[in-house]
Amino acid sequence: MISMHESTTARAGGPGGRGGVAASLARAGAPAIVVADELETRYRSGDTEERIQVLGVLDRIVEEQAAPDLVRAVGIDLVRDALRTNDPRLVAAAMGPFAGRHLGDHDWRHGVVKLVFMGVPLAGVARLHERADDELARMAEDLAEEREAAGRPIPDDLRALLPAPAAAGSDASLEKGR
Amino acid sequence: MRIFDPHIHMTSRTTDDYEAMYAAGVRAVVEPAFWLGQPRTGVSSYLDYFDAITGWERFRASQFGIRHHAAIALNPKEANDPRCREVLPELGRYLRRESVVAVGETGYDSMTPEEDEVLETHLDLAKRHGLPVVVHTPHRDKKHGTQRTLDVVANSGIAPELVVLDHLNEVTVDLVAERGCWMGFSIYPDTKMDPQRMVAILQRLGTERMLVNSAADWGRSDPLLTAETGRAMLDAGFGAAQVDGVLWENPVAFYGQSGRLDVTPLPGFELGGDAELFEGNSILRGAAAMPAEAEATAGAS
Ligand SMILES: [Zn+2]
Repeated sequence: MISMHESTTARAGGPGGRGGVAASLARAGAPAIVVADELETRYRSGDTEERIQVLGVLDRIVEEQAAPDLVRAVGIDLVRDALRTNDPRLVAAAMGPFAGRHLGDHDWRHGVVKLVFMGVPLAGVARLHERADDELARMAEDLAEEREAAGRPIPDDLRALLPAPAAAGSDASLEKGR
Repeated sequence: MRIFDPHIHMTSRTTDDYEAMYAAGVRAVVEPAFWLGQPRTGVSSYLDYFDAITGWERFRASQFGIRHHAAIALNPKEANDPRCREVLPELGRYLRRESVVAVGETGYDSMTPEEDEVLETHLDLAKRHGLPVVVHTPHRDKKHGTQRTLDVVANSGIAPELVVLDHLNEVTVDLVAERGCWMGFSIYPDTKMDPQRMVAILQRLGTERMLVNSAADWGRSDPLLTAETGRAMLDAGFGAAQVDGVLWENPVAFYGQSGRLDVTPLPGFELGGDAELFEGNSILRGAAAMPAEAEATAGAS
């Protein structure tokens, strides 16, 4: 599953290596359908490192498109694919700037909570503070309740997602260590 | 102690596990279909997997004296992948197999509209095939997911006694108890549920409709935690009959609803529990040679 090594070296937002992927996809003027197809092919046929690279360049590639709809749709498919994996490096890379800008609220919130489960620091989640909403706070609160009931610790990243009133001390036990 | 592990992924486990499980009293398991860690990309890898858990894995278990049955479903994560969803029309022929005693594991992962649809399809298949259903409750947003699962189960019209909601915890168990579904608990080394917490739940809610499993797979997990939970129950003052109720009779009753469950001892092996004390260990000693034979058979194929 997730070794300590992997979960501590994965960083939300990923390194997003630029190497050959960015270079070959950034060809000015390539039609959207060609770019979208290449992104998908590189991701699907790539190993984990290559998939992380594709996820890392999505945001920039979409920004460069004159008509970004198709490329964005492919990007969302790939991000959702990566979010289904159990590899913290892929999940972290999926929650980078592209997801911050384009992933729907439901999937985005699940991505954040999944990183909490995996013990990956949320510091690298793009637009975390802008996008954190009441529903994410509710999910965090429910998770904290489960952890409490199980006698398990509440990680700082989870604590930071809790709704303001609870964080301010309505529940003394959740307050510990803050 | 005789043990029926109602939810374990033996394809991810070794023959050492099978030997240790037999020694701990495990005589029957159900292996629900789930994902591989690495997402599948198409129907054919699904079909090979279904064939593996109803074929090779069942045979492998039998060589260690363990009755093996399967549950078949498209798992919740892959319900979101259109390439995998194509497997749905193929499920029927597997659900007719003698080795298949349930639909599962189904349920929610991220609670998407696709997962809603696939869960409904699975419940409908269970009704049509007269099979119980193993419904996994999600890791993320578990309380909300459990509530929504119960609503979908109620709307489907399936009898609640044909449904187990699995991976429950202190927060979600009461929601399920009041609806009449079975309550499943996965005992894990460091997440989900541990033996002491399990005992506390059994003390609070009793042993009826309770299923305890190891859900062991390729993650950090332990196929012997069912036995450890049995010992924790005894230490806490539960009687041997109550332990047998939770670890054997309950899963037999639940999967027995399929009409296909066979938990008689495999030839050359003994039933666990008290039977062993009276009959001695002669057959068991004889059985120790079986894994070597199994190896020879495997090597030949
Ligand atoms: Zn499972």
